Amino acid sequence: MFDTLSDRFDGIFKKLRGKGRLTDSDVDEVLREIRTALLEADVNVAVARTVVERIREQAVGLKLSQALDPSQQVIKIVSNELTNILGGQTLKITYAGRPPTVVLMAGLQGSGKTTNSAKLAKWFKSQGRQPLLVGADLQRPAAVEQLRVLGRQIDVPVFSEAGDPVTVAARGLAEARRLGRDVLIVDTAGRLAIDSDMMAQVRQISEAIEPHYTFLVIDAMTGQDAVGVAEAFHETLAIDGVILSKLDGDARGGAALSVKEVIGRPIAFASTGEKLDAFEQFHPDRMASRILGMGDVLTLIEQAEKAFEKDSATEAAQRLMDGEFTLDDFLDQMQQLKKMGPLSGLLGMMPGMPKELKNAKIDDDDLKPVEAIIRSMTPAERRKPEIINGSRRNRIAVGSGTSVGEINRLVKQFSEMQKMMKRMGPMTMGKKGKKKMPMMPGGLGALKGQMPGAFGDMPFNQR
Amino acid sequence: MPSIFLVLIAVVVIFGVAAVVVGRQRAKAVAAAPVATPIAPAATRSPEPIAAAEVEAEPDTDVEVDGEPESFERPRFRDRMAKSRAALVGVFSGVRGRAGITNETWDDLEEALLRADVGVRVTDELLNGLRARVKAKELTDPDALLDALQADMIGRLSASDRALRLEPGEADSPNVWLFVGVNGVGKTTTIGKVGAQQRQLGRTVLMAAGDTFRAAAAEQLATWAQRSGSELVRGNEGSDPSAVIFDGIESASARKIELVLADTAGRLHNKTNLMEELRKVRRVAGKGRGRVTEVLLVIDATTGQNGLAQARQFAEATEVTGVVLTKLDGSAKGGIVFAIETELGLPVKLVGLGETIGDLVDFDPTEFIEALFSE
Repeated sequence: MFDTLSDRFDGIFKKLRGKGRLTDSDVDEVLREIRTALLEADVNVAVARTVVERIREQAVGLKLSQALDPSQQVIKIVSNELTNILGGQTLKITYAGRPPTVVLMAGLQGSGKTTNSAKLAKWFKSQGRQPLLVGADLQRPAAVEQLRVLGRQIDVPVFSEAGDPVTVAARGLAEARRLGRDVLIVDTAGRLAIDSDMMAQVRQISEAIEPHYTFLVIDAMTGQDAVGVAEAFHETLAIDGVILSKLDGDARGGAALSVKEVIGRPIAFASTGEKLDAFEQFHPDRMASRILGMGDVLTLIEQAEKAFEKDSATEAAQRLMDGEFTLDDFLDQMQQLKKMGPLSGLLGMMPGMPKELKNAKIDDDDLKPVEAIIRSMTPAERRKPEIINGSRRNRIAVGSGTSVGEINRLVKQFSEMQKMMKRMGPMTMGKKGKKKMPMMPGGLGALKGQMPGAFGDMPFNQR
Repeated sequence: MPSIFLVLIAVVVIFGVAAVVVGRQRAKAVAAAPVATPIAPAATRSPEPIAAAEVEAEPDTDVEVDGEPESFERPRFRDRMAKSRAALVGVFSGVRGRAGITNETWDDLEEALLRADVGVRVTDELLNGLRARVKAKELTDPDALLDALQADMIGRLSASDRALRLEPGEADSPNVWLFVGVNGVGKTTTIGKVGAQQRQLGRTVLMAAGDTFRAAAAEQLATWAQRSGSELVRGNEGSDPSAVIFDGIESASARKIELVLADTAGRLHNKTNLMEELRKVRRVAGKGRGRVTEVLLVIDATTGQNGLAQARQFAEATEVTGVVLTKLDGSAKGGIVFAIETELGLPVKLVGLGETIGDLVDFDPTEFIEALFSE
C-alpha cells in the first residue's frame, strides 16, 4: 500500500546522479519524503519534525560517493537515527531486595493489558521467578475471569475479589507476601487518559502498592494520539517502560518512536502474537526498519518461519548455497510458500523487488502449469534438467498439458536462476553466525543492491 | 508463465533462506528457540489447553444492572469530543487570528489534520483543493478558508445511508449483524450496547458468542446478554466460531427472535488463516435461516493509518457494510475514517462517545466535523 522509503528515494536520487554533494534543496526534497514516511507510519507530527531536523544536520553536505547508492546512504542515516531514538537506554529488570517486585500495568481500553499481564507473568516465570497476578480490572465484564483463565494456562495464581480496585491491589500485595511470591503483576482497567476520575484511581492504586515498575501498554496500531496518552499516563504514574502490543500486525508502529521520544522511557517488551509466549524484549533496529517501511520483510520472515518446515528449508538453503538446488526442492518449497497466502500479496511486501515483479498480476492458479511441468518430469530429470532432450521434452509437454516451448523456457530460466542463486547464496549466507542480519537495513541494502541486478540479467520479458 | 516461474523461485528461495538464517540466529540468541510450527491452511487457532476447565462465575461487581430501560439522552459530539478537539482548536484559532492566508496558515492546517489521524494523502488532497481556490481568489480570508475546509470534510463523508439495516421478513428468519475487527477495538462491548438499545426499541435479540478464542470473551458477552435481557448462545472455548454462530442463528429462528448479534474473535487482518476463518464465518452465517443484513467493522478511534489496511482486508474477507468507530470520547480524533469512507466507500454507522449504553450513537458527519472545528 505504501511505497517504501527507498522507492521514494529512488525517484529523487535519479535526478542527483553525478552530483558530488547534496545541495540544500536536494536535502529539503529528501527530508520531505522522510517526513511523509514517518507520518504514514503514525509517528507523531511534532516528533517527526524534530527527527527530520536531526537528520537534516547529518544529511547536509553529505558527500555522494560514486560507489555507494546515495539513497542507501541517506536511508542509513535515517535508520541509524531511528534506531538511536528507539534504543538508547534499555530496561533491565532488577528485582526488589525485599520481594515481591511489584509491577503495575496501565493503558487505554483494548490496548492489551490483561493479555500482556499474563505474558509478562510467563516471562518472569521463564526467568525463574514466581509471579502472582492480580486482577484489579473490575470495570470490564469478565476481565478478571479472562485473567484467571490465562493464569491457569500459564500456571500462575491469580488473586482478585469484589470491591474496589485500590483495595484489591493492596490485598493482592499482601497475598503475594503471604504466599511468598516474588513478583506481583497488577492488571488494571483500561482508562482514557482524559478521564480524570479514572486517572486519579490508578494513581491511588499506584500509591497503595508502590510499584517497582509501571508499564504502559500501547497498541502498535495507535495513531497520533499515542503521544498525548503516554504523556498523560507518565505524568500520573511515572512510567518505567512501555509494552508494545499487537506488533504482529502490519502497522508500521510509529507510535513506539513517538512515545519513546516524548517520555524518554524505553520500550521494554513487544507482544508479537496471540500465543502467551509470543512476547519478547524489544528490538530497536527491527522497529526502525519497520517504521521506514522496510519492516514488512521481517513480518514475512516470521510468517515464513511458521509456514516453512524448518528442516526442509534448511536443507534447501544448504543445497542452494552449494548450487545443488533442484526442481524437486523448488516444488517442495513452493508448496510451503502457498501456505503463506496469495503470492501477489507476498510479492508486494517484499522490499527490493523490481517494479515489474511488484506490480505483476499473479494469480495463484498461474502456479499450476509450473507444478504440472515439474510433476511430469522423472526424478532424474528434476535433479538434472540438462538431460532433458527432445523426446523427454515431448513427453513432459504431453504429460503436463503444456508445450515444448514452455518447457524449454522453464528449464532455461531455472538454470539461470540457479546461477543467480549461487552468486547470492554466499553473500546472503556468508555472514552466518555474525550478529548482523542480512535483512537489517545494511544487509537489506546489500540484498536490494544485488537483487535488481540479478533480476536484470534475467530474460524477463521473454515469452 | 515463464516470468512467474522466475518470481516464484526468487520468492521461494529468499523466504526459505531468510527463514533459515533468522531461525538460526534466534536459535543462537535464545536458549529456548521457538520451533517453527507448520500451520495447516485455514487452521482454527486453538487456545492453549486449560488445566482446569471449570469456570467459576465471578460476580461482576462494578456493574450497573439496568433491568428497566434507561432513557436515552443522546450525547452531543461536541460535549463528548470536547477534550479531543482542544488540541485542534488552538490551531484553528491561530489560523483565524491571522489577517490573511499565509504559509503558516497552511502549515497549521496541515498539522491539525495530520494530528487528527486524517493521514498524509487525504490531508494533501484537502489542502491542495483549497490552495487552488485561494489562488483563484475564490477564498480570500481565513474564516472563509476554514469554512471551506469544513465543508470539504463533510463532503467527503457523504455516504447516503448510515442507518442500520433491519429488514422485515419471515418470523423465523432473523436478521444477523456480524461484528468483526482487530483485537481490543471493543467488539463485545459494542454488541452489548447495540443489543441493549435494540431491546429498548422492543426487539428480541440473541447474542452469539463467536469469540471462542479469547479467554472469558463468552462470559463478557453473557454479562451483556443478561443486562440487556437478550438470549445467549455460546460454544466451548476453542470451538468453531462458524458453528457457534450458525447455532445461534438457528436457535433464534426456532424461537422467532428478530435479531442475532454475532461476536467474533479479534484478529489482525494480516493473519491469513484467521481471515480465512472469518470468511467462513461470514459464509456459514448466510447459509441457514438467517439473513446477514449488517457486517460491522469495529475500529478504535485511536487507530492510526493502519486503520485503512484493516478496513480493506476485513471488507475483502467479509463484505463489510459499515463501520463502528469506538472510543471517540478519548483524546483521539478518528481521522482515519476519511480515508476509509472515501477509499473504500464504507459508511461509518455508529460512534462510541462514552461508556454507557446510550453513548453509542448514530454517526453524524456534520456534527462530527463541527465538533472538531468549534471553539
